[in-house]
Amino acid sequence: MKYIDEFRDGERARGLAQALRTEARPDRKYRLMEFCGGHTHAVFRYGIPDLLPANIELIHGPGCPVCVLPIGRLDMAIRLVCDHPEVILASYGDMLRVPGSKRRSLLHARAEGADVRMVYSVSDALELARANPDRQVVFFGIGFETTTPPTALGILEAQRGGLDNFSVFCNHVLTPAAMKAILDVPPGAGQGETLEVDGFIGPSHVSVIIGSDAYGFCARQYHKPVVIAGFEPLDVLQSILMLVRQLNEGRADIENQYTRAVTPTGNPRAQAAVSEVFELRPSFEWRGLGAIPESALGIAEAYRHYDAEHRFNMTYQAAAGTRGCECPAVLRGAKKPTDCKLFATSCTPESPLGSCMVSDEGACAAYFTYGRFRQEAVQQQARQRATHKAGRR
Amino acid sequence: MCLAIPVRITEILAHDRALASAGGVIREIGTDLVDDLQVGDYVILHVGYALAKLNEHEAQKTLEAMAAIGLASEMSQRGSHEIH
Repeated sequence: MKYIDEFRDGERARGLAQALRTEARPDRKYRLMEFCGGHTHAVFRYGIPDLLPANIELIHGPGCPVCVLPIGRLDMAIRLVCDHPEVILASYGDMLRVPGSKRRSLLHARAEGADVRMVYSVSDALELARANPDRQVVFFGIGFETTTPPTALGILEAQRGGLDNFSVFCNHVLTPAAMKAILDVPPGAGQGETLEVDGFIGPSHVSVIIGSDAYGFCARQYHKPVVIAGFEPLDVLQSILMLVRQLNEGRADIENQYTRAVTPTGNPRAQAAVSEVFELRPSFEWRGLGAIPESALGIAEAYRHYDAEHRFNMTYQAAAGTRGCECPAVLRGAKKPTDCKLFATSCTPESPLGSCMVSDEGACAAYFTYGRFRQEAVQQQARQRATHKAGRR
Repeated sequence: MCLAIPVRITEILAHDRALASAGGVIREIGTDLVDDLQVGDYVILHVGYALAKLNEHEAQKTLEAMAAIGLASEMSQRGSHEIH
């Protein structure tokens, strides 16, 4: 397909990898965070770490909306759909399998009779609301800046069409605020908390919306370079090379590798729809990063009618995660998935215990899927079963 | 969640909708967020909506820059082999 195949070309990849090996200085480290979970998956799917010199380390960031949603927010959705039989909860598929409190997921709730539907787009949720006028359709709005404008359009369309049985449980979060929170974690803050990042591989499609200028603070306040990168493997390799060059030259600039889609100022139509419908929340809880001020959007006063939290009086209660699950440290970039005791033993994509193993963008899922852990996990589980069987005899 | 794919616009419909082809699979998408859409344009599709038009000229420039990096790297490799 056009715009895909040519950015996966092996020969160009070898050329870029060769340039990286030549230009990366052996006397220093390059610790680069790919903020976005989509990049984490591209990195592993195409075997990019195998092409890099050992002193270029990729640190996986929190850019996975399903992963960073705290359990307490997921519990709110599960309570809503269990307590209100009139509600149809429409959600993107990723969210359904994430374990909430007591390891209960939306799929468990559905098995017990709650009406949870998987949708591809907010327009599917609007369709559900039109088709079921005697029910309440709640759209589970999650995502970074990429996914927020479509949710805004959904609310605007509901208003235009007088669709009163539609509302949104809004969990949209902001990338720059999370980057700030990562950079603000003081080095040496405690065991497992240390995170040193030399530069960022910036998100592709978040940046299509917000524009490359939105990352100026990284260079100005923190002296960290950012290169906005496309999602294809050649995009990632070229962006790593651009970061290596900046670091070699002691520069901290915001550069844009993904010029075929990203402009300095982003998409004005999308920004206008978002600022019309949403407002900044004073603070929002993130899994792994804690409460971050002004890091998420809520529904603005003028559109309160479409705010499910308001309509159903939903309240947040903090909740603890599965014991031993290292998702919080993985999301901060402080630990690798393989540092977690549960990884590929009791936590697998088929039976996930933490959010990072569920989502297609989660770092644990990327390690598992592309990291040759599958066979080991199957063997280990078989051994466990055999031991268990032997014990019962 | 932020995964999005390039698709080609095959037909403009009313009310900010269009038909788009993703490797031959045609689906209806929302085009509220992009200006001046024409049949044949490529857009980035995400959760049922076009987020932006892809810029063909910029894509070519990026590919050329990548090829140039590879070439330069190969030349310098050869150069260093000849010296040693």
